[in-house]
Amino acid sequence: MVKFAPPADGRPMKKNDLILIAALLAVALLAYAGVSLYSKVSTNKAEAVVYQQGKEQGRYRLSENTVVEISLENGDYNILQIREGQAEITEASCPDKTCVRHRPISRQGESLVCLPNQMAVEIENGADSGIDGATD
Amino acid sequence: MTKKIAYTGMFTALAFVFSYIESLLPINLGIPGIKLGLANLVVIVALYLIGVKAAGILSLVRIVLMGFTFGNPANMIYSLAGGVLSFVVMVFAKKLKFFSVTGVSVLGGVCHNIGQILIAIIVVETVSLLYYLPILILSGTVAGVLIGILASVLIRHLEKALAVSQ
Repeated sequence: MVKFAPPADGRPMKKNDLILIAALLAVALLAYAGVSLYSKVSTNKAEAVVYQQGKEQGRYRLSENTVVEISLENGDYNILQIREGQAEITEASCPDKTCVRHRPISRQGESLVCLPNQMAVEIENGADSGIDGATD
Repeated sequence: MTKKIAYTGMFTALAFVFSYIESLLPINLGIPGIKLGLANLVVIVALYLIGVKAAGILSLVRIVLMGFTFGNPANMIYSLAGGVLSFVVMVFAKKLKFFSVTGVSVLGGVCHNIGQILIAIIVVETVSLLYYLPILILSGTVAGVLIGILASVLIRHLEKALAVSQ
């Protein structure tokens, strides 16, 4: 017995496919609108916050140029550079360098993530606008 | 049965080679995670022509092989999350018979990206990765359409050549 799923009666797309594609594009657009609304908050006091495995490691103002080395216990590292109000990773010990190739970030909620090193840099708007502004 | 095993092996090798080729030609748009997903082309063709089990096995083997060779073992968990979610959704979508190959492929592409973001949010403990969601839904859809059209052409032409008796 030979069994086959009929591949779409010869045509590559059905009406249902087009509906699905349109729906997904609409979702992407809505999600984009949501994200840009969220990130429109003023960034005067913006800070780059460094997290390792979810724990906060440091905060650096985007208004002050600086270079920080973020090191892990096992010798891995990421180098964070803040220049002209933007944060970027200029060097990293991870093998894939996704974080290094990532474009510089500056808007509320944007993040740079290094998956192998479990490191993330997030832009936050400073202490006064944080929803869960923890103090230490 | 023997034929099925041979095809599964051949398709696994093909998916592996496609992943390798894709790793040589990274698409760099400043946002991680955007890619065509050539290996998914093989998974979809296998899903329709060989069977669910074979397609699932080849998808898993491909991810593990890539992780230990040209890829990066530290990132295997992300590929696995994307691969598993994408595969499960594709199997259901195919069973529903509501979409053609292209629809199934689009769902697979989008779910692959969603799976990766979800696991990354859990591992890195950073919810702000959701920031990538819109662009990754878009790129998953575009890649899914391209791969889906290719897959439906391939399935049509390979159908007779690969007849697997059950």
